[in-house]
Amino acid sequence: MKFRRKYLSIPYVLFLVCFVVIPVLFIVYYAFTNKGGQLSIDNLIRFFSDKTNVDVLLISFAYAIINTFICLLIGYPLAMVLANRKYNKSSVLVMLFIMPMWINFIIRTSATRDVLNWIGISTGAHSELTTIIGLVYNYLPFVVLPLYTTMLKMDRSQIEASLDLGANPFHTFFKTIIPMTMPGIVSAATMVFMPTLSSYVISDILSEYNVVLFGSYIDLYFNQADWNFGSFMALIMLLLIGLSVFITRKFSKDDRGGRSIW
Amino acid sequence: MAKKDVILELINVNKKYEDSYAVENFNLYVNKGEFITFLGPSGCGKTTTLRMIAGFEKPTSGQILLNGKDIGSLPPYKRPLNTVFQRYALFPHLDVYDNIAFGLKFKKVAYEVTKKDGTKVTKYRKFTREEVDAKVTKALKIVDLEAFESRDVSTLSGGQQQRVAIARAIVNEPEILLLDEPLGALDLKMRKEMQLELKEMHRKLGITFIYVTHDQEEALTMSDMIVVMEDGQIQQIGTPLDIYNEPKNAFVADFIGESNIYVGTMIGNKKVRFLGTTWECIDDFPVNQKVDVVVRPEDVIIKPLGEGAVKAKIVNKIFKGIHYQFTAMVGNNEVLIQTTADHEVNTEVSLSIEPDLIQIMNRAYDANIYQDAYINKNNKVVFAGATWDCDITQLVNGSSVDEKGYFSTPDGKKYDLTDLDVIATIDMKDIEISDDLEDGNITGQIIQMVWKGDHYQVIVRTEEEEDFVVDTEWTWNELDTVSVKIPESKIKLTLKEDISKYEI
Repeated sequence: MKFRRKYLSIPYVLFLVCFVVIPVLFIVYYAFTNKGGQLSIDNLIRFFSDKTNVDVLLISFAYAIINTFICLLIGYPLAMVLANRKYNKSSVLVMLFIMPMWINFIIRTSATRDVLNWIGISTGAHSELTTIIGLVYNYLPFVVLPLYTTMLKMDRSQIEASLDLGANPFHTFFKTIIPMTMPGIVSAATMVFMPTLSSYVISDILSEYNVVLFGSYIDLYFNQADWNFGSFMALIMLLLIGLSVFITRKFSKDDRGGRSIW
Repeated sequence: MAKKDVILELINVNKKYEDSYAVENFNLYVNKGEFITFLGPSGCGKTTTLRMIAGFEKPTSGQILLNGKDIGSLPPYKRPLNTVFQRYALFPHLDVYDNIAFGLKFKKVAYEVTKKDGTKVTKYRKFTREEVDAKVTKALKIVDLEAFESRDVSTLSGGQQQRVAIARAIVNEPEILLLDEPLGALDLKMRKEMQLELKEMHRKLGITFIYVTHDQEEALTMSDMIVVMEDGQIQQIGTPLDIYNEPKNAFVADFIGESNIYVGTMIGNKKVRFLGTTWECIDDFPVNQKVDVVVRPEDVIIKPLGEGAVKAKIVNKIFKGIHYQFTAMVGNNEVLIQTTADHEVNTEVSLSIEPDLIQIMNRAYDANIYQDAYINKNNKVVFAGATWDCDITQLVNGSSVDEKGYFSTPDGKKYDLTDLDVIATIDMKDIEISDDLEDGNITGQIIQMVWKGDHYQVIVRTEEEEDFVVDTEWTWNELDTVSVKIPESKIKLTLKEDISKYEI
């Protein structure tokens, strides 16, 4: 038998089938059956008939949007500074921002809780604020990294060209720098938005269970052995994430013909 | 050049980075409508000067006047100048049309409105869509890219991208168009074509062009006026013809075209001696002065033996298409000759040069003189960032140094010479350079090399920006790191200050 390069993909395909395709099929199966195992749309009716469920979904969206927005607001100028040779002579600074990612995320989040309580922002009394702080802190590196790499690619003379053609620094920022870094912005936003929707450890630890995000809601039902309803919610999230990937793909087409990492 | 209708003037402009000058004492005026070129090797400060005019760099000192007004502190977006960048710097997120229209969106046009009470006020508005359209179409036509409006810039070839970059600049009708080596990234054939096209555009548009290049041929082809720069300083300003025919110094002669450069001595009124014989010339220099003599290869005439001024032997012949290039030896000196007539290698001939084709110029360097040398506490001399163990008794006749290190003069006085300022002089031929970096007292980089007939004159610059000028018969490469070796007996010392202060 002649060796063909596509045989190399066999282990990966097996892995995908076992750990992605089959579980997704299970989710779909559980979502549309009841506890007795019969086909039903009970879960669908149950989800939309209880306002709490929809509220949790909307709140999760709100947190994801706020988190993405704040991360971009902090991360964008930060990446600009990091990508500028004048301010950042070595890549040590970049390392400093990436390094928190090396620490176990549970430990990091527990430490954040203790630090916040110690400086007087009580996780019990200001749950919303501490959750946002925790989310921003955890997802900031995911924003900085893609933005930093896009900005490194940007030619300094393009900014100079913009100034030269009569655009003041304000116009240069909005008409040249932002559009040229759009692929970076889109992939940064996707890398924050989607994981925030499904995250629950951060909100659980930092809000002392006052803020319930969709992820922890799903977790709750699975823990109560209500696999069918949990699966239905997981399916909803899967569809929403799929939809947002589809939308962002429209925007993130790289100018050089390639695609961003999503 | 004559000061006619001056549009841009640079007065005593300096640009200093940390502690070295990128541009030093730059004085220039540019007449309206001229095509002026800054020409020089890389690192000579030509791009820095252009960037100061564009506003990307602020001069450390000096003034930049545009139409008589100082624009030195204006940001680039407020200067009525536009730049064509070396690597195009087009905006990848915009198509050809939007790239060109970019600048027009920020332009304001003045117009007058008559109010109800009859008074007139000036108001500002942006260009309308139709106006932008007309201007972009015109610019595209000038650069010959009519059908490319909606193309993505990344799909264009280098030459086409360059045209878009030019269109993007000229569409704004700048008072001066600045071009930073715009053809550097193109292949030779394309470059030649664009040279002519740019020249044609300049003629049609009638705006002032300031062009930066390191390519002397490009400069000669395109410019009305050339500014030759080296090491942050202007070496010569002149028309291409002036620069070629009357180079001001050996550097310019060597950089522009090919030349024979010799060290000569003035031996009489308009008489100079080089290549082992005496030549009539038309430049007047003091008798006995050492000078640099420059002769262009095409100005040397080969004559039958006995009819010219000096005997020579042809040692090499290269066919160059239109002409032959010969190398002839006069004693130890090489002479480069270009002529259409054929001669055989190894024949003995005679050479002659018309008096007005012998260019005589002051020598840029006579000897290495270090004005800031001093003596340290070990009676050694410090200059050019190194310590030299030379004979300090040459400072005063008959003096000596005792075992305690004190300096005594014949009149019996004793001195402690620590910190005494002296001047150190070393002849160029006494310095040796070596590629064994351990060999000499100090290391440096070769920044310039000029062939002088039978030897090279090399300038070695140390890390502390001290220069050594060295005569050497060996070939080196520019930017080689070498060590400088000076036999300590060849360092001449003279007193710079009164020695009596140091008496003990």
